Amino acid sequence: MSTATAKKRGFGSVLWDYLTTVDHKKIASLYLIGGGFFFLLGGLEALLIRLQLMYPENALIGAQFYNEVFTMHGTTMIFLAAMPLLFALMNAVMPLQIGARDVAFPFINALGFWLFLFGGILLNLSWFLGGAPDAGWTSYAPLSIYSPGHGVDFYAIGLQISGFGTLMGGINFLVTIVTMRAPGMTYMRMPLFTWTTFVASVLILFAFPALTVGIFLLTFDRLFGAQFFEATMGGNEIIWEHLFWIFGHPEVYILILPAFGIFSEIIPVFSKKRLFGYSSMVFATVLIAFLGFMVWAHHMFTTGMGPVANSIFAVATMAIAIPTGIKIFNWLLTMWGGKIRLTSPMLWSAAFIPSFLLGGVTGVMLAVAPADFQYHDSYFVVAHFHYVIVGGVVFGILAGVTYWWPLMFGKVLDEKLSKWTFWTFFTGFHLTFFIQHFLGLMGMPRRYWTYLEGQEFETGNFISTIGAFLMGVGTIILLYNIIKTSVSGEKCTRDPWDGRTLEWSLPIPTPHYNFKQLPLVRGLDALWIEKTQGNGKMIPAEPVDDIHMPNNSILPFVISLGLFIAGLGVIYRVDSNAAYIAIIVGFVLTFGSMLVRSVKDDLGHHIHKEDLEKEGAEVE
Amino acid sequence: MAENTKSSHTDEFYKVKHKEQMKHQVITFALMIIFTIVAFALVAGDFSKLFIIPVLLLLAAVQVMFQLYYFMHMSEKGHEMPALMIYSGIFAAILTILALTTITWI
Amino acid sequence: MSTHEDVLSSENLPHEPEKATLEGKNKFLGFWFFLGGETVLFASLFGTYLALKNSFGNAEHATPSQELFGLELVFIMTMFLLTSSLTSVYAMYHMKNHDFKKMMLWLGITVLLGLAFLACEIYEFTHYYHEFHHTFTSSAFGSAFYALVGFHGAHVVFGLCWIVALMVRNARRGLNLYNAPKFYISSLYWHFIDVVWVFIFTVVYLMGKVG
Repeated sequence: MSTATAKKRGFGSVLWDYLTTVDHKKIASLYLIGGGFFFLLGGLEALLIRLQLMYPENALIGAQFYNEVFTMHGTTMIFLAAMPLLFALMNAVMPLQIGARDVAFPFINALGFWLFLFGGILLNLSWFLGGAPDAGWTSYAPLSIYSPGHGVDFYAIGLQISGFGTLMGGINFLVTIVTMRAPGMTYMRMPLFTWTTFVASVLILFAFPALTVGIFLLTFDRLFGAQFFEATMGGNEIIWEHLFWIFGHPEVYILILPAFGIFSEIIPVFSKKRLFGYSSMVFATVLIAFLGFMVWAHHMFTTGMGPVANSIFAVATMAIAIPTGIKIFNWLLTMWGGKIRLTSPMLWSAAFIPSFLLGGVTGVMLAVAPADFQYHDSYFVVAHFHYVIVGGVVFGILAGVTYWWPLMFGKVLDEKLSKWTFWTFFTGFHLTFFIQHFLGLMGMPRRYWTYLEGQEFETGNFISTIGAFLMGVGTIILLYNIIKTSVSGEKCTRDPWDGRTLEWSLPIPTPHYNFKQLPLVRGLDALWIEKTQGNGKMIPAEPVDDIHMPNNSILPFVISLGLFIAGLGVIYRVDSNAAYIAIIVGFVLTFGSMLVRSVKDDLGHHIHKEDLEKEGAEVE
Repeated sequence: MAENTKSSHTDEFYKVKHKEQMKHQVITFALMIIFTIVAFALVAGDFSKLFIIPVLLLLAAVQVMFQLYYFMHMSEKGHEMPALMIYSGIFAAILTILALTTITWI
Repeated sequence: MSTHEDVLSSENLPHEPEKATLEGKNKFLGFWFFLGGETVLFASLFGTYLALKNSFGNAEHATPSQELFGLELVFIMTMFLLTSSLTSVYAMYHMKNHDFKKMMLWLGITVLLGLAFLACEIYEFTHYYHEFHHTFTSSAFGSAFYALVGFHGAHVVFGLCWIVALMVRNARRGLNLYNAPKFYISSLYWHFIDVVWVFIFTVVYLMGKVG
């Protein structure tokens, strides 16, 4: 492979390249595009919600459509926007940070992406096929069991397919970090983003199977006549709540931990100081993950589990504030006395700390079980989780995307526009959600499609809607920035931010084998050590030699397409026997491709030493 | 082909080692069969419920440990990460089962 | 650095061919991690079963587990599956000694035992259906029972297909660094199926019989 700009390729060949790619950097771009698309979709749904609630007794969208919109807003943002966007950054950055040429399972990595995409498309097809799911992103039984139409079926099958993809992605990251670190890259020298990727992947590994089972039970009940949640036949709805939250609570840590990792990368770079308390950061990350597994039932305080269970889960929940507090102080102390550059990634990081802290504090309030009976299902809860998920995860994603954009696409986003995005989005965010705390405390319930006049909800809701539009403006500026930079931005070559970690040691654009020679890592912040104690370049740990790389394959796409078709068949099986054709065709495609994968040898290819040396002369 | 003779030498060493392992595995298997028979016999016989259930669970747990450590070689070197993940999985599994058996209104 | 020819050659195999290459090591670790996840998957099913095991509601056909289960068949099934675990250990033993033919022989026996187990399970399910009208839709207990045991059965089916596919694909070319990890992880999978069965016969059948 010669350098990317050497020849202009036709659209068809580029498309084929992306359909078959197993390169983690290209998969990262695919995740970014897919996740970005669903982020915009989820954002539009949010604006619809806010428009509907702008005035009392508004009739902009009907009650049924409102139910569908808020269900899809939550589901899309969590499963199809936040997670894939984080996966995009993990794919783009993590292998480079540990000095790996590739991920452990390139094929499975590609499969993970296509499963996510087809699952997401299936879920959103419901809009055009008789109505979207309308039982909330939590889809509590028995509401979800009795929801008419196929909406909730699309929820179940769509999430099942994309959930498989997430699980595969998680295992891939885990093994990559365990086996493919460069020489000298010990666990305690790994950058924090790699650490959080690792821990989040562990959470994925143990949380997603519970969702898989929960969704299977829901599917069986709705489509195959099972009785898991049918009380008259002995079923028990609480099983769904448990399974959902055994997955659902770790899920929020799956989202927030990588965001913590992103901030832990950005803050040291723009403070020109090493991360304060690195080992306590690692410890806090692991501790959050561990505790995060034992607190799921705080979502169910009002379910009626009894005072003993409520107390246990309340105490465990409050305990999470401790490791999180450690992290907050470490970030502050990293900045303390540092030479701070207020670039846009740093602005996001600095703004994250107070914003997230607010969400954390209301989290502890909600953890008090008796008080939760008051807050439950009110806008207070809505405000709380938007403060942690937007103030934490979305800020993190936006910071990370801006920070690593040059690494992924070879150009620095326009700083001025990035700052405009920041200020509009940041202001809009607080305008939208801060007031919702008070709306909740005043008694406004969540998930209601309208409210009456004269309950003093008018002003709050109006302000909230204005804020939401400000966030929309910020997003549009970001889109404009991306287009403008892609068209007329200046190319950068290497290390535009004066970085500290290995990914910035690479030339931009990064060659598809990443490292011509694996680097020797001499400590934490590997590149910074070479900048201060060496000649600014990584010391190679091996001579130039042939590099083994995996082959591209269309099979991940076909496997996912098969499941997509079979999924549609399963949904419509109850209506028509013709659906069996789809089921059979889909499963034949999927299992046939798996068989081909198993039977056909895929040994990969080698990039020869001579070619590398030739190419090296061009790049250096 | 000097390397070949050397490798056949080490081959012998590993063959003996594998044989030793295999012996352990056959013993393990015999124990598992015995445990299974004991478990079934307990249920077939007339014992108190409070006695049988803990013993049954204990026998199952020991059998599973045998499977993991001997049949699946978790006792060997290079299995630290697998052990970590399996134990984390078991931890999550116990929490799940505990919750579903105690706090589901039953 | 190994080249293609080395990976597909059956000569001079190292003593642990399943973990000799980076790809092999990755497969080995990744599969173990996957089994960690599967633990939670089955735990969720076990939990559901335990929560619903005596739940019939107003179901028309409600046979409690004490009357439903027969221990003889379960004992035979257990023996089949336990023995198949040992035979797959034998297969891996011969793989480590680079004796491909014996490995295939023992894998073949493993597959036969797995099929025997499956036959018994199918008989068991049809028996429940005809004698007791105990079906997937008859009550919450029925749903939970068939979901748990059926998931395990589906794992057995998948494992059998996997092992057979590997055997057929590699029958002619012998053991090498490329297929050794595949054989090894398929045997790990088979053992894990056995691990789950140990809990199924204990928790579902034996404890179900005790009540």
